[in-house]
Amino acid sequence: MEELANLFHGFAVALQPYNIMLMIIGITLGVIIGVLPGLGGANGVAILLPLTFSMPPTSAIIMLSCIYWGALFGGAITSILFNIPGEPWSVATTFDGYPMAQQGKPGEALTAAFTSSFVGALFAVIMITLVAPLVAGFALRFGPAEKFAVYFLAFCSFVGLSKEPPFKTIAAMMMGFALAAVGLDSITGQLRLTFGVTELLNGFDFLIAVIGLFGIGEILLTMEEGLAFRGGNATINLRVVLQTWRELPAYWMTSLRSCLIGCWMGVTPAGATPASFMSYGIAKRLARRGNNFGKGEIEGVIAPETAAHAAGTSALLPMLSLGVPGSPTAAVLLGGLLIWGLQPGPMLFVEQKEFVWGLIASMYLGNLAGLLVVLTCVPIFAAILRVPFGIIAPLILVLCAIGAYSVHNSTFDVMLMLVFGVLGYLLKKCNYPLAPLVLAIVLGDKAEEAFRQSLLGSQGSLGVFFSNGLVSTIMALGLVALFWSAIQEGYSRLRTAMA
Amino acid sequence: MKPFVLNVALAAIVMSCANGTASRAAWEPVRPVEFIVPAGTGGGADQMARTIQGIVTKHNLMKQPLVVINKAGGAGGEGFLDVKTSSGNPHKIIITLSNLFTTPLATGIPFNWKDLTPVAMLALDEFVLWVNAEKPYSSVKDYVDAVKKAPSGSFKMGGTGSKQEDQIITVGIEKAIGTKFTYIPYKGGGEVAVQLVGNHVDSTVNNPIEAVAQWRGGKLRPLCVFDAQPMAYDEPIADGKAWKDIPTCKSQGLAMEYLMLRGIFMSPKATKDQVEYYVELFKKVRATPEWQEFMKNGAFNTTFLTGADYAKWVEAEEKRHEGLMKEAGFLASGN
Repeated sequence: MEELANLFHGFAVALQPYNIMLMIIGITLGVIIGVLPGLGGANGVAILLPLTFSMPPTSAIIMLSCIYWGALFGGAITSILFNIPGEPWSVATTFDGYPMAQQGKPGEALTAAFTSSFVGALFAVIMITLVAPLVAGFALRFGPAEKFAVYFLAFCSFVGLSKEPPFKTIAAMMMGFALAAVGLDSITGQLRLTFGVTELLNGFDFLIAVIGLFGIGEILLTMEEGLAFRGGNATINLRVVLQTWRELPAYWMTSLRSCLIGCWMGVTPAGATPASFMSYGIAKRLARRGNNFGKGEIEGVIAPETAAHAAGTSALLPMLSLGVPGSPTAAVLLGGLLIWGLQPGPMLFVEQKEFVWGLIASMYLGNLAGLLVVLTCVPIFAAILRVPFGIIAPLILVLCAIGAYSVHNSTFDVMLMLVFGVLGYLLKKCNYPLAPLVLAIVLGDKAEEAFRQSLLGSQGSLGVFFSNGLVSTIMALGLVALFWSAIQEGYSRLRTAMA
Repeated sequence: MKPFVLNVALAAIVMSCANGTASRAAWEPVRPVEFIVPAGTGGGADQMARTIQGIVTKHNLMKQPLVVINKAGGAGGEGFLDVKTSSGNPHKIIITLSNLFTTPLATGIPFNWKDLTPVAMLALDEFVLWVNAEKPYSSVKDYVDAVKKAPSGSFKMGGTGSKQEDQIITVGIEKAIGTKFTYIPYKGGGEVAVQLVGNHVDSTVNNPIEAVAQWRGGKLRPLCVFDAQPMAYDEPIADGKAWKDIPTCKSQGLAMEYLMLRGIFMSPKATKDQVEYYVELFKKVRATPEWQEFMKNGAFNTTFLTGADYAKWVEAEEKRHEGLMKEAGFLASGN
C-alpha cells in the first residue's frame, strides 16, 4: 500500500505543467530520433543530456526517459514502412511488419506495433511498481554462465525459423559470427581480423550492417522489380486504428508471453534486442498460424514489439536499484543520475523517493502520451507509402547514409553500409535468410564473451552450464527449442506406431 | 584634407593590426570543439567528459559548444588515432584514462602519448580492493590468508577490460602475495561491482564511484585503497565509515600502488596559446561547485598538473606501465 501512496505522490510530481511539457517534447524528439536509423535512443539521450543539467533532476529524467520511450516507438515506423530497422530491437518487427505494409496494410501493422509497445511497457511498469525489490534481487543471480544460457536460448529459439535449407541458415549465422568477431577481443585484449586497418578497430557495427542489409538491399530489390512501391494503395484514415484494436484481443496469449519474456530479459539484464528475437521465435513456434510468419502475420508484429518495449522499460529497474544498465540508453541515463548527484543503487528507493516515484509515474504518463502521439500520426506515416518510389528511394538512401554516418561519425561506415547493401541483395537473390545473420552479429560477441568468462571461472569445465538450477533450466529450454522439430516428429511417429 | 583622410586610414590599419595581434595572443575556438572519449557511453571517462560538458554549458565558460564524441573501438585506440591524425586542429581535445598507455602496449597500434599535446591532469582515480560483505574477511590480512589457503587460481578477481588497469593491479597483487588469481574481464565497472554482489567473483578492484552504491547498501566491503595515502573525504558513507577510514594497501602489507590518470590532451602541433586557453578553461571548470561535488562523489584524488610537470608525470607513468605489463606478459608481440 505504501507503494501506491508513493505512486500517487509521483503522479502529482509528473503532472506539473512544466513536467508535462517536457514529457511531450521528449516523446516528439524521441520519435524523430527513433525514425532516423543509426541515431538511436542512446545517442539521442547522450546528446541532450548536458542540456538538462540546469533542470531539477526529476524533470530532467522525465524528459530523457520520454525520449527513450519515443525512440522505442519510433523505431517501429521505418521497420514497417521501408524494412529499415531504426533500432536494433526493431529488426524482428520487419519480418512481418514490412510484408504487411507491402500488402497494403501499413496502418494495421503500425497500429499493432504501437499498441503492443504500449501494452509491453505498461506491463513492465506495473511490475516495477509492485515487485521492484523482489525482481531486482533476481538480477543478481545472473553470472556469466546464466547470461550465456540466455543468449543460447535466444539463438536456439530462432534456429529453424526460415523455410530455407538448414545449411543455408547455418551458413548465414556463421557469417554473422565471423563479422561479430572483428575488432577487439574483450577477453584477451587482442585485436582480431583487423589486418592493421584502423577503421576496423571498432568491428562491424550492428546498425550499419542492418541499415545496409535491409534498407539498401531492399531498395536494390525494388529497383529490379520495376520501381513499383508495393503497398501504395493503403487505406489511410483513423478508422484503421479502431479496426485493428478490435482484432488485437484475440492475440492476448502472445501478448502475455511476450510481456513475460520482455520483463525477464530486461531485468536480467540482457536487453531489448534478444527479447524481441526470442519472443518472435517462440511465437512462431506456438502460434496457430505460425507457419505464415514472415508473410505478413499481425502476430509476428505483436510478439517482438511487446517484448522489446517490456524489456526496454524493465531495463530501468536494474539501473535504478543496482546501478547496472540493462540497455545502452539506460547506461547514458545512469551517467546522468550520477551527474545530478543521485547515486543509483539499493539506497536510491529509500533516499530519493520523490525522484524514483516521479520517474515511475512518468513511465505511465509518458507511454500513454507517446501512444496518443504516434497513433494519431498513423495515417500520415502510412501515407508516405503513396509517394512514388522515384522520390522516396533517394530520400531513404540519404536517411540511411545519415544514420550510418552518425553511428561513429565516420564516412567509412557509409561505404560499409553500401557494401552490406550489395551483400544483402545477393544473399536475398540466393535465398539465404538474413535474420540468422543479423542475430549473430548482434548477439555473437556478447554470447562469446559470456561463454569465455564462464569457462575462465570454471577453469575450462563445461559443467558450469549445468551447475545450478537456474542455468540448467535455461540451457535445457534452449536444447528443447533447438530440437523442437525433431521432438515433434518423433512424437508423431511414436503416436502412429502406437496406433 | 587629404593628409587627414590618410591619417585616419593609417590609424585604422594600425588599430586593426593591434586588434589582430591581441586576438592572436589570446586564442579562442572559432568552431565547436570535439571532446573525444576513448571509451564507451556510461563509463568513468564518459561520465567525467559529460559532466565537464554540462558545467561548461551551465556556466557559459565557452563561446563555442563543446561536443562529446565516444570513439571506443579497439580499447580506445580508435579515439587516440583520430586525435593523432588531426594534427594542427585545435578544435579537438581528448580525455584519457590508463588506456593511453595500455592500449598501444597491448595491441601494438601505432600510437604513443607523445603524438599528442598534453594539456592538463584533471584528477586521479583511486582503486579500492572490494569483497562481498557476506564474506568473513574484514581486513587485508584475513583476505590474503584466505587467498593463499585456497588452491592456486581458484580465487576469482573481476575487473574491467583485459590487459588494462584492473588486470595490471591484479597481477601486482599476485606478485606481492605470491599466489595466482583467475582474472575475469567484464565490459564495465558497474557490472563488475554487481557480479561481486552476486558472488560470481570473489573480489574486485573497482573505482570508488563504481562500487559506492553497493557499499552504502551494505552489499560490499572495502578493504584497502591502492594509493600512498588514504583518501581525503571524511563524510560518512556506510556504517559510520568514510572514504578516509579505508587504510592504504601498503600499510596493510599489500605493497601495490596504482592511480589512474584522468587528463586532457589535444591534437598534435597545438600552439602555446591554444594549450593555454584549455588550461584556463579547465581551471574555471575545477572552480565550480558541480565539479567539487563530482570529485567528492567519486572520491577522486584532485591533483592538478599542467605543462612540463604533467608531461613528466605521464612519462614516468608510461615507463611504469611498460615495466608492469612486460612482467605480466601483456605486451603485443610487435613491441
